[in-house]
Amino acid sequence: MSTDLIQAGYLVASILFVLGIKNLSHPRTASRGNALGSTGMAVAVVVTIADRSLVSYTTLAAGLVVGAGIGAVLALRVQMTGMPQLVGLFNGSGGAASALVGIASLITAADNATDTTQLTVGAASTIAIGSATFSGSTIAVAKLSEKLNRVRHGYWARILTALAAAATVSLSVAIVLDPGTRLWGWLLIGTGIVLGAAIVAPIGGADMPVVVALLNSLSGLAAAGTGFVLDNPVLIVAGSLVGASGLILTGIMCRAMNRTLTHVLFAEMTSHQTDNDDDIYAGRVTSSSADEVAMMLDGAQLVAFVPGYGMAVAQAQHAVRDLCQQLQTSGTEVVFAIHPVAGRMPGHMNVLLAEAEVPYEQLIEMEEINPRFRQVDVAVVIGANDVVNPSAQNDPDSPIAGMPILDAHNARTVVVIKRSLSPGFAGIANPLFAADNTVMLFGDGREAVSDITRSLRETTR
Amino acid sequence: MTPILAITLFALAVFLGVEMITKIPPTLHTPLMSGSNAISGITLIGAITAAGADHSTLTTVLAFGAVVTATINVVGGFLVTHRMLAMFSSRKKS
Repeated sequence: MSTDLIQAGYLVASILFVLGIKNLSHPRTASRGNALGSTGMAVAVVVTIADRSLVSYTTLAAGLVVGAGIGAVLALRVQMTGMPQLVGLFNGSGGAASALVGIASLITAADNATDTTQLTVGAASTIAIGSATFSGSTIAVAKLSEKLNRVRHGYWARILTALAAAATVSLSVAIVLDPGTRLWGWLLIGTGIVLGAAIVAPIGGADMPVVVALLNSLSGLAAAGTGFVLDNPVLIVAGSLVGASGLILTGIMCRAMNRTLTHVLFAEMTSHQTDNDDDIYAGRVTSSSADEVAMMLDGAQLVAFVPGYGMAVAQAQHAVRDLCQQLQTSGTEVVFAIHPVAGRMPGHMNVLLAEAEVPYEQLIEMEEINPRFRQVDVAVVIGANDVVNPSAQNDPDSPIAGMPILDAHNARTVVVIKRSLSPGFAGIANPLFAADNTVMLFGDGREAVSDITRSLRETTR
Repeated sequence: MTPILAITLFALAVFLGVEMITKIPPTLHTPLMSGSNAISGITLIGAITAAGADHSTLTTVLAFGAVVTATINVVGGFLVTHRMLAMFSSRKKS
């Protein structure tokens, strides 16, 4: 194939990627966006394979078959609850791929004496960003699947981060000055891995939506780096588009928590309030039963569910959907109040409730639902904690002060379904649990909700 | 491409990405992330080039790893995004 034809193919692919991402950000066109993006990818792959500068196809074919098999199995078998982990895993494998391309190209170029400055700078950045994305995502996945708790030694993690960052920069410079020495490349992979892990390890679960979005952006930048290495425009365009969109998503997540990115990445969440939990809760928490809650719901005109990550953990979304349908058959209006950072990934609650076939129109965003909470008869908080903590509004000393919250406390009655009074990710007590208009229903989310539904069915009969 | 041309392309594409996506409805946060993540699997092009170059055993092994991981990213990412979006749209009809 002639060079012009190949370049034209890459141009078509680049345009398809631009249209794909644009369409993905609008509800009506999202499916088309995904189709355009995958078509762009197919075009780019076919063009590259047809390029006659390739001499061997065996490795390539084997890699494609294995990768496609693994990717398809993972994508088709995942439960919507496991979506944050899967997205994290895909981010990590993209980062690993970029780092591997970076080092393989660097070795090849150094051997053939075709190493330009553009190539070495590109390779060094790709190897560093790619391996940090890989290890950061791996740690994030481990945290998301509850296999790794928050690392408490934040101070040492910061020192390690600083050391790894310095080593990464030095080794990158070494690669540019002396591309012939392979050791620099291998060491850079090592320091990149340490850097990514050291940054992500001390970050708490509540900040995971920010981390996942940021890693998404980094996997894009690593891909853009390979474009500099291979002198290929389609990689630069696609990679930087993803880098930009990931960065925007990261910004949205930070704003939803009223925090800056540096604060999320490098600041300790000080939880100096934990010792006075008893003062807040003592003698003021009202415990309730499923039957009582069913009675409250029975007479309600407007009920708002406030779901959080706990709903995902308890796999309670289907039980919640059943309760919601039961309420609707007796004429109650039901809405879902969705906080932008509820869950462990941007948009997590929407995906979960979509899986449970809750109609889209019933999911109400924070800005829209907050003024309506005063008309809500019963707010059912299930598995959410920090996103309904009124301290964010009333207590300027609270670690979450200023974070936008759902005003569930304004509802006539608040029912909180929760296993215990244990604090959320921010590690602070929640005065909502002790409020006069709040009752606590202790127990497993799914069982508690099913019990309410059963009780409600019996009373309506 | 000259280096400055490559940097120009990079800068313009970043700006295009930032300007293009202004408001994303929360429903689409996850699909946008997984869909754009699949696009970042474009590094597969680099992996294919490296695998086809057949330079040495070492680079072939590295390239094989790159093709596998990039393909997982691409195929898995687009498929799971498709699944999610299908879930959103089937719900609207019912």
